[in-house]
Amino acid sequence: MSSSEPHSQVSSFDTVSDIERSRKDRYQDWLSANIVTPMQILLSDRRGAVGLSILTFYLLMGTVGIALIPEPENTGPVLQPAFQNFEHPLGTNRYGADILSQIVHATPGMLQMMLGGAVFSMTVAIAIGTLSGYSGGRIDQALMTLTDSVIAIPGLPLIIVLSIVFTPREPFIVGVVISLPAWAGLARALRSEVLSLREESFIEASQIVGLNTRTILLREIIPNLMPYIVINTVNAARGVIFGSIGLYFLGILPQTFPNWGLMMQRAYNAGSLYTWDTAHWLILPMAAVVILSYGLIMLGQAADKIFNPRLKARYVNSTAEEN
Amino acid sequence: MFTAYLVITFTFVLIRQMPGGPVEYLKAQLITSQGSLTEQERQRLNQLAETYININPDKPVWQQYVEYMISIVQGDLGESIWYNQPVAELIGEAMPWTLLVTASSILLSFVIGITIGAWMAYNEGNRIDIGLSSFATFLTSIPYYVIGVLSVYILGYQLGWFPTSGYTSGEIEASLSIAYISDVLYHAALPIISFTIPAAFGQSLSMRGNSVRILGEDYLRVASLRGLSNTRIALHYVGRNAILPMYTSLLLAIGTVFGGAVILEEIFTYRGAGLLLLKAINNRDYPLMMGMFLIITIGVICGMIIADLTYGKLDPRIDSGEGSR
Repeated sequence: MSSSEPHSQVSSFDTVSDIERSRKDRYQDWLSANIVTPMQILLSDRRGAVGLSILTFYLLMGTVGIALIPEPENTGPVLQPAFQNFEHPLGTNRYGADILSQIVHATPGMLQMMLGGAVFSMTVAIAIGTLSGYSGGRIDQALMTLTDSVIAIPGLPLIIVLSIVFTPREPFIVGVVISLPAWAGLARALRSEVLSLREESFIEASQIVGLNTRTILLREIIPNLMPYIVINTVNAARGVIFGSIGLYFLGILPQTFPNWGLMMQRAYNAGSLYTWDTAHWLILPMAAVVILSYGLIMLGQAADKIFNPRLKARYVNSTAEEN
Repeated sequence: MFTAYLVITFTFVLIRQMPGGPVEYLKAQLITSQGSLTEQERQRLNQLAETYININPDKPVWQQYVEYMISIVQGDLGESIWYNQPVAELIGEAMPWTLLVTASSILLSFVIGITIGAWMAYNEGNRIDIGLSSFATFLTSIPYYVIGVLSVYILGYQLGWFPTSGYTSGEIEASLSIAYISDVLYHAALPIISFTIPAAFGQSLSMRGNSVRILGEDYLRVASLRGLSNTRIALHYVGRNAILPMYTSLLLAIGTVFGGAVILEEIFTYRGAGLLLLKAINNRDYPLMMGMFLIITIGVICGMIIADLTYGKLDPRIDSGEGSR
């Protein structure tokens, strides 16, 4: 791997190239290798394009959207159905607040939760999975016993108990709490990937050169797991959405920032189930959740198709057979 | 086993460390009624704590820990603060209903998922397959509780086809009669459906992937050259090999479904274990909360052990030691 990504730890190979190349070159190289090319590949796939545009739409909603659309205020007509006029395109709720603006202003919180949860669970999973797979022996055993225990604990009850104890308020922290049990399954999967990777000759080479474990893990092993990690980050983000909306809907998490689960809960508790008049109030936040998670699934599938050599081979096979 | 031990320890730590936890809660109750705490009341408090949560706050920590462990192992989960009933009894009443819903949803979702998935794989690439897989992908992006809310909203309240709460209508005596059983199933139908639909389609997608991969294997060509019937190939060669990898997701599904029961039972007011846990949380009933958490975890662990043991029966290769990796 000749990636010139700046790291706090500089291996003996990189010190040579650093002298010749300017910071800007390195930055551009890194950009094209890690951002531009994967994006192009993703966009060339239909699912990737769909997923990416949905995600971009939500990102825009969470950044530009909150600036364009005024914050929800209880001033409009009460319980106006959706798609009636341009003032309240998605209607209003029982208190006269605009539903579109509620949905838009909930987006930043949702995105932050996703980010917090995904980053946390991926970091823990990568650390434990790679270390355990690479080191083997006692460390492996101890870490895997821990991982298996966490896998066996049912996630949602654990999250419920934990959120009662910690009462998380910040979106980031909520995301972290929700994905507390999520790292385990992934750590296990990463470990078995590392187990097969460990036998490869370039790993052996770096061992012989005398690189320490940390360097080998960071420079040689983790870059090779990147596709796997990308796919699972997307899935982890989706898990956070599912979990958090569910808990906000139940009213277990403290109601500190606007989000779709809270909207659903308000609608549900206001007796939306007994009448069709409030259908839009209940269903639109659900639609927001479903579309976002659909986008994430599309993105995950596209990444899977692009990165997974087995699927690629199968695809080639099946088209060859048909012809 | 180790997991069970870990979880018990975890609940012990939680109960002890929780801010505003049960000990403080009991103390606060006594103080508000009495003013300050005398030596006598202190003892009474410790006694109370012992019956409710199996922890005596005056003893050294290690002793508390050992005693807590022993009482849990003996099946003494303490006493509910809210209901004033032993926790084990409360759970015993609620658990069968949850088991009914979760077990049947897991079974159903796997049977349906495998059937649809195999069917899609045999139609790979044609219109049926593409339509079904897009539909399945879309369905998996809907959280099960959204399906739950929508189904109780539309099928329950608006159309009135299904009951919206409870696990029986209460009119029929509990017995093994057909009327009673169908009444129970009728009430359990919506929760089961809400679990099953997204899960089944999720499973069908992975079944499809597995089958398609196996359909390209050489040994299938050999099998058909040998003149084996198509049914036999489909069931014994493709089916069996495609189902095996899904066994792991069955293991994981047990935990997910049990957790999801909390949300679904709230939506359907189905008074099972999940709703009990939720009530315990809303009433800050810590002994019940911890007991529920323990029981659910142990239930999941048991389910996993059973699944683990039966895996060897399904996969003869497991004996060669390959499965341990």
